[in-house]
Amino acid sequence: MSSVASSAAGLAHHAHPGNRGRWINRVVIYSLLLIFAIFYLAPLFVMLVTSFKTMDEIQNGNMLALPQSPTFEPWVKAWGETCVGLTCAGIKGYFWNSIKMVVPAVAISTILGALNGYVLTKWRFPGHTLVFGLMLFACFIPFQSVLLPMATILGSLGRFGVTLQDATGFSFGFGNSTVNLVFVHVVYGLGFTTLFFRNYYEAFPTELVRAAQVDGAGFFQIFRRIMLPSSLPIIVVTVIYQFTNIWNDFLFASAYAGTGDAMPMTVALNNVVNTSTGVVEYNVNMAAAMIAAVPTLLVYILAGRYFVRGLMAGAVKG
Amino acid sequence: MSSIATTQPVSARPAVSFRTRLQDALPRIVLAPSFAITLVFVYGFILWTVYLSFTNSKTFPSYDLTGPRAYERLWRWTFESDPPSSWYTSIVNMGIFGFLYIFICLALGLLLAILLDQKIRGEGVLRPIFLYPMALSFIVTGVAWKWFLDPGLGLEQTLHQFGWTSFHFDWIKNKDFVIYTVVIAGVWQASGFIMAMFLAGLRGIDSEIMKAAQIDGASPFQLYRRIIIPLLRPVFLSAFIVLAHMAIKSYDLVVALTSGGPGGSAWLPSNFMYEYTFKRNEMAVGSASAVIMLMTISAIIVPYLYSELKEKAR
Repeated sequence: MSSVASSAAGLAHHAHPGNRGRWINRVVIYSLLLIFAIFYLAPLFVMLVTSFKTMDEIQNGNMLALPQSPTFEPWVKAWGETCVGLTCAGIKGYFWNSIKMVVPAVAISTILGALNGYVLTKWRFPGHTLVFGLMLFACFIPFQSVLLPMATILGSLGRFGVTLQDATGFSFGFGNSTVNLVFVHVVYGLGFTTLFFRNYYEAFPTELVRAAQVDGAGFFQIFRRIMLPSSLPIIVVTVIYQFTNIWNDFLFASAYAGTGDAMPMTVALNNVVNTSTGVVEYNVNMAAAMIAAVPTLLVYILAGRYFVRGLMAGAVKG
Repeated sequence: MSSIATTQPVSARPAVSFRTRLQDALPRIVLAPSFAITLVFVYGFILWTVYLSFTNSKTFPSYDLTGPRAYERLWRWTFESDPPSSWYTSIVNMGIFGFLYIFICLALGLLLAILLDQKIRGEGVLRPIFLYPMALSFIVTGVAWKWFLDPGLGLEQTLHQFGWTSFHFDWIKNKDFVIYTVVIAGVWQASGFIMAMFLAGLRGIDSEIMKAAQIDGASPFQLYRRIIIPLLRPVFLSAFIVLAHMAIKSYDLVVALTSGGPGGSAWLPSNFMYEYTFKRNEMAVGSASAVIMLMTISAIIVPYLYSELKEKAR
C-alpha cells in the first residue's frame, strides 16, 4: 500500500521543474506540517507543564514556559485530596469506578459482538440483512432519544433492588450505578462490536466453516477452534474502540451516575474543574485531567494502529 | 458460554431430532438476545420517547396524551429571535457549528493528508500527533481549551507577555462568539481523524492512473484538482457522514468548554434536551427535541446505510 503511495509521491516530484522550485516546495510543506503539529500538541503541552507548576508560577509566569521547579504536588493532590463536590478525597475513587465500569462492559460487548458477527456471516438466515441493518442503525442514534426511558427503567430497577435488599439482604446489583452503566454501555455498544466482527468475519473463508461442519464440529466448536484463533486483530480493534468510547463517555455517566460515590472519572473531572468555591487550582485541575487522559492516551500510544483501524471500521461501513 | 458446546454423542433416538433442531436453531438463539436488546432498548425506547413528547410530562413522565403541544412550543420558539429563546439559540448554534465544523474538518483533513502524502520524512511521528486528540475525552480536552482560551490566563495573556498588548481574544466569554470556540476545539479534536481517512483514500488510488496523467503532462496541482480529489469522492461522503453525525451528537464539548456559555449561549440541541429534561422539568419538550435530533440524523444516515447494505448484498 505504501509503495503505491511513495511511487505516486515520487511522480509528483518529477513534475517540478528545477531544483530550486522543488526545494522551496519542500520547505513550505515541512513548515506547514510543523505549524499544524504545534497546533495539535499545544493543549496537551500546556496541560502537562501546568500540572507540574506551583500556583505562584502559574499566576506570574508564562503559560508555555517549562516549570521552573517541577513539583508532583498537584498530581498527588488531584489523586488523593482534591474536592469533587463536597467530598474531598481526590479522584482516585472515581478512577477505579471507571475501571470497574469499563472492564466488564468492554468484555461483555466484545464477546456478544463476536458471536453476533459469527452468526451474521457464517450462519445466515432469511432476514439477516434486516437484523444487521437494525443493529447498525442503533450505532448512529443520538443517545438523547433513549436517555429518558432508560432513566425510568433504571429507576424502577433501583426500587426493585431496594425491595430485594430488604427481603434477602442482597440487592444482586440492582440499583448499583456501576452495574447500570455497564448494562447501558453494553446495550449501546453492541451495534459497533457486531459491526466490527461482522465485517471481519465476512472476509473469512466460509469453506473452512463448512468443512468443519462436515467433520461434525458444532456451532460453538467452530467458533472456538476456527474463528477465535484468527480473530486477534479484530478483538484488539474492538476492545480499544470500546474502551476509549466507554472511558470517555460523559452523557450516560452524568445522566445515570451524575452524583454520589459511583461517578465515573469524566463526571468527577468535570465537577473538579467546575467547582467555583475558593481559589481555582489550575495545576490540580490539569493534573486531574491528565490522570483522566492517561488510560486512553496509553492505549493510543501502545496500539495507535489498531485505534485508527477501529475508527475507520466505525466510519466506513458495509 | 462455550460449555454448552454440543459434542457428546447422542444415543436416544427422539433426542437426536431434538438435538438437530437445537443445532439448527442455535445460531438464531445466540443472536436473539442481542437483537431483542436492540429492539427493546433502542427502537422501543425511541417509541417511548416519541410517546412522551406527545404528553405534558414535566418532572415525572405522564402518560396522558395531550397532543403535539411540545412541538408547537418548539415551533414557536424557532422564530423567537429577540430575545432569542433557548431553542432558537440551540438550532442557530447547530447551524453555525455544523457547517463550520464539517467544512473546516474536511478542508484541513484533506490538506494534511495531501501534505503527508508528499513522501515526508517523519510521517510516522506526525500522523499520531494529528490524531491523538481523538483518543481523549471531550471533558479532558475541554479543560485544556478552556484554559487556553481564557482571556486572563491563556493565549491572550501569553501574547501580552510577549509584548503584543493590543491582542484581544475573549470569545469564550462573549455570548455572540462562544460557539466559535466550540468550533475550534471540535475541529482540533476531529480533523486528524478525517486526515487519516483521506490518507487511506490517497494511498488506495491506483498509481497507474497517476502515471498516465503524469505522462500527459499534468502539473501536481492539476493532478490533485482534476484527478485525485474527484477520485476521493467516496471518502468525502464517508467523512461527511461521520462529521455530520458527530456534530449533531456533540454534547460534552459544550459542557466542558463553556458550561453552556453565558446564559446558555453555547447550547446545541443536545444540551437543550438535557437541560430541559433533567434541569428545567420540561420532559415533554426535552423529548420532542430529542425526536427532532433523531429525525435529523436519520435523514442523513438512513439513505447512506441503505445504499451501503444494498451494495453489499449485490
